[in-house]
Amino acid sequence: MAFDKMELQKIEVWDGNFAAAQALRQCQIDVVAAYPITPSTPIVEGYAKFLSDNYIEGEFVMVESEHAAMSGCVGAAAAGGRVATATSSQGFALMVEVLYQASGMRLPIVLNVVNRALAAPLNVNGDHSDMYLGRDSGWIQLDAFAPQEAYDLNFIAFKVAEDHDIRLPAMVHQDGFMTSHTAQGVYTLTDDEAYGFVGEYKPMNDMLDFEHPVTHGVQTEEDWHFEHKARQHNDLMTKVFPKIQAAFDAFEKLSGRKYNIVEKYDMNDADVCVVCMGTSVETAREVATEMREKGIKAGVVGLRVIRPFPFFEIAEALKDVKAIAALDRSSPNGAPGMLFNEIAGALFNTDKRALLSGYVYGLGGRDLTKAHLVSLYTELQANVDAGKVTTQLQQFIGVRGPKLAFL
Amino acid sequence: MLEIRWHSRAGQGAVTGAKGLADVISTTGKHVQAFAFYGSAKRGAAMTAYNRVDDKVVMNHEKYMEPDFVFVIDPALVYTSDVTINAKEKTIYIITTHMSTQELVASQPKLEGKEVYTVDCIKIAQETIGKAIPNTPMLGAFMKISGMYDIEFFKDSMKRILRKLPQKIIDANMLAIQRAFDEVK
Repeated sequence: MAFDKMELQKIEVWDGNFAAAQALRQCQIDVVAAYPITPSTPIVEGYAKFLSDNYIEGEFVMVESEHAAMSGCVGAAAAGGRVATATSSQGFALMVEVLYQASGMRLPIVLNVVNRALAAPLNVNGDHSDMYLGRDSGWIQLDAFAPQEAYDLNFIAFKVAEDHDIRLPAMVHQDGFMTSHTAQGVYTLTDDEAYGFVGEYKPMNDMLDFEHPVTHGVQTEEDWHFEHKARQHNDLMTKVFPKIQAAFDAFEKLSGRKYNIVEKYDMNDADVCVVCMGTSVETAREVATEMREKGIKAGVVGLRVIRPFPFFEIAEALKDVKAIAALDRSSPNGAPGMLFNEIAGALFNTDKRALLSGYVYGLGGRDLTKAHLVSLYTELQANVDAGKVTTQLQQFIGVRGPKLAFL
Repeated sequence: MLEIRWHSRAGQGAVTGAKGLADVISTTGKHVQAFAFYGSAKRGAAMTAYNRVDDKVVMNHEKYMEPDFVFVIDPALVYTSDVTINAKEKTIYIITTHMSTQELVASQPKLEGKEVYTVDCIKIAQETIGKAIPNTPMLGAFMKISGMYDIEFFKDSMKRILRKLPQKIIDANMLAIQRAFDEVK
């Protein structure tokens, strides 16, 4: 069955959701099994519309829950198709059981996660709680800071996930509403460029290859379980980064847009820096530039790849800085934040250990304002001047009521 | 950086209007951002939408804004929400109302001393499009007050954006844009 190509303008004004939906169209996904949830709904809705308008040769499977959605994706991927879906928040939480199946079965599914808070209390807005929930699930996790990147990273995700040396599923994260429902200029690829980049899907151990029967979804007890998990971890630790870097390089050649595993901004001579993810990275970049006009040498480090965690790249990015703020947009619920812990781990055995403090911010979509970031950089500079962290190690940004600080 | 805040009710087309405006501006080489606060996301609930326009890529993702322009596309919101919140001294207001600017300011003292323009986008939309969708007329009024683009260029651009709609609806929108351009005071 032939499908139609779509003429796109060089720059389209798209929100993050539509950008992701267009990427799924251009990758010619065979199967999307989906259950809609705010704010990710328009991604799978977009795929369904493109499918019904004959822009895709594929299949949309309507299911009764997100658990079933990811189960459908696992089945379709095991059968030998290029598979993707999207979800957020509670839907993501319901998928979690099957996320581990997908990665353990080495199925290269791409999941667009439009980051949203987790109930209770119920909240549809953007924070990173769902993204954090998935971080031990064995998936590759890529993070977009703006609609352009939600588009681009989908191509990267398929390229890396489907590589026969990798065969691991990948999530593409974008901030709920702040990216997913925010329209900005997106530089497009033509349909041919995009499809040429990801390439035709090459199945591996596919169940529909009757000449080579395989078993999927097996049981292994103490005799083999550990070896499977260890090999999966090994591939995440050793094989994924080179493939991501190769995909970034190839993508730069194609589009001129350069991505890095760790995105550094003004870090060459920075005294103070913020480490964060999502849209906050871009806002922090703008504030960092303004801080330099005030005489504070500010920089920003954004995580493009969350899993596998770029342990050495983070240490390298932070090696010359004097004070670091780790910004976590998810409640650690009784611990330091994830980024605080990961950064501490990456720096602990290095010679130069900067002053590290953690901040929890933006839960349930609470605004991270430029004014917040100005105070934050000012506080980091005060730490540098004092030669020690002058505050408690964990603080909250933008929460009402008496000031909360811990550790 | 040019910043605009829309005051609307969910369903009146502020998001579509903000995105449409961003689309038009983007074709002229500027960088744009359009977003909204959906709040309780119920049809009829008060909501706000936003535009940012700059010569360089818009990197600011904070929701806080001190707008250069405030568009109010539902007349009652002038009284039930604070349309002057976070305003600058020079913020310009374009407000949908059946009243004259003088009557409107007299009825809402917060607008006193501000640069306020009025136009009845609801009536224009009803008489042209046949529905109270006041978003495109507001953009016509904005073109007049801001002088941003020639109205013919703007209408041509909007025709492209609305191209998937039936021709009758597109024509009605063009009429609505022109009328608001002519009638805003």
